[in-house]
Formats: sequence, C-alpha cells, structure tokens
Amino acid sequence: MEPIEIARRIEKALPGAVADVKGADNHYSARIVSERFAGKTRIEQHRMIYDLFREEMASQEIHALALKTLTPAQAADESNR
Amino acid sequence: MADDPILTSIKKALEDNTIVLFCKGTKEEPRCGFSARTIQVFKEMGKPFEVVDVLPDPRIRQVLSGVSNWPTIPQVFIKGQFIGGCDIVTEMAQDGELKKVVDEAYSKA
Repeated sequence: MEPIEIARRIEKALPGAVADVKGADNHYSARIVSERFAGKTRIEQHRMIYDLFREEMASQEIHALALKTLTPAQAADESNR
Repeated sequence: MADDPILTSIKKALEDNTIVLFCKGTKEEPRCGFSARTIQVFKEMGKPFEVVDVLPDPRIRQVLSGVSNWPTIPQVFIKGQFIGGCDIVTEMAQDGELKKVVDEAYSKA
C-alpha cells in the first residue's frame, strides 16, 4: 500500500484532517491532525485510525502503522515549542 | 469461550501481574523493533513487569486482540487494563504520565 493511499483514506474518513504518512514495505508512520480527536483518549484516537485499516492489518499488508494523533490545538502548541 | 485455554492463560497473566507486556519475543530477546522499544521503556521504569511472548502460537494474538480490541503487538496492560501499544506508551513515557501510572499501580498493589 502506498503512503498516499493511507493518507487519503484517513482524510476521507475524518473530514478536515491532515495526514502525513511515511514508510514502505508494510511499515508506515502517520502524523494526523484532526478536530475529531478532541475529547478522546489516545487509545480511542488510535483505534479510530486502526479501524480504517482493519483488513490490511489483519492480512499484514500493513504490518506496522505508528501513529501520532493531535488535535489542531495540540499541533499549534507543538509548533510553538 | 470460558474454557478456551488461551483466553484463560491471558486472563491469568493479567490477574497475576501488575504490568504485562504482550510482545513478539521475550524480555531478553525481543523479535520486533516495536516490542523491543516497549520493553526498553519499562526497563527504564525500574518496576517489575511480565512479558508474554505471542509468537509461539498465532492464536494468542487473535484472542488477545479480541480482548483489547487492538490490532497490533506489543500491547501493554497495567492492573488488567489496556494502556496502549508502542506509540502510546512511548509518548506517555516522554511526558511523564507513564511513571505516574506505574507508581500508582504499585502503590496500591
């Protein structure tokens, strides 16, 4: 799976999200900024993303998908550091 | 379901240990970079933790993911509660949250 496909699927499922996905050979990492993460725990945020790739993760087409999930406010904080 | 020996052994591991890491490989010989990193995080915490190797039987992983509703390995449980995978635990270690959770788990253990 191409990183761009992963990013598109995330951005489609979470309208307004910005997903930056890197990687190859079944191992990927994604940094995702979305308002939809607000008020959710990190576990819930990561589950929202993993749920989009249930089949690919089961088939090992995606072996690893490292996640960094942020709300827009957290992303702004991070860039101010 | 209650008689499934794999489910029973997972539940027993969660009951018997304050901190359990389900990993690929063992504490001494992790077989995956993400498992290795998670084990390293807990070594640095300096508190006892148990590592269960999921590799000997692929069903361990299937049953475990049913329990936690989490697709990847490693998986970390503290006092029987699912805490997260490698990314979450690494982030929690960086911002000091993990130490709090670990200390609290052991203060009431």
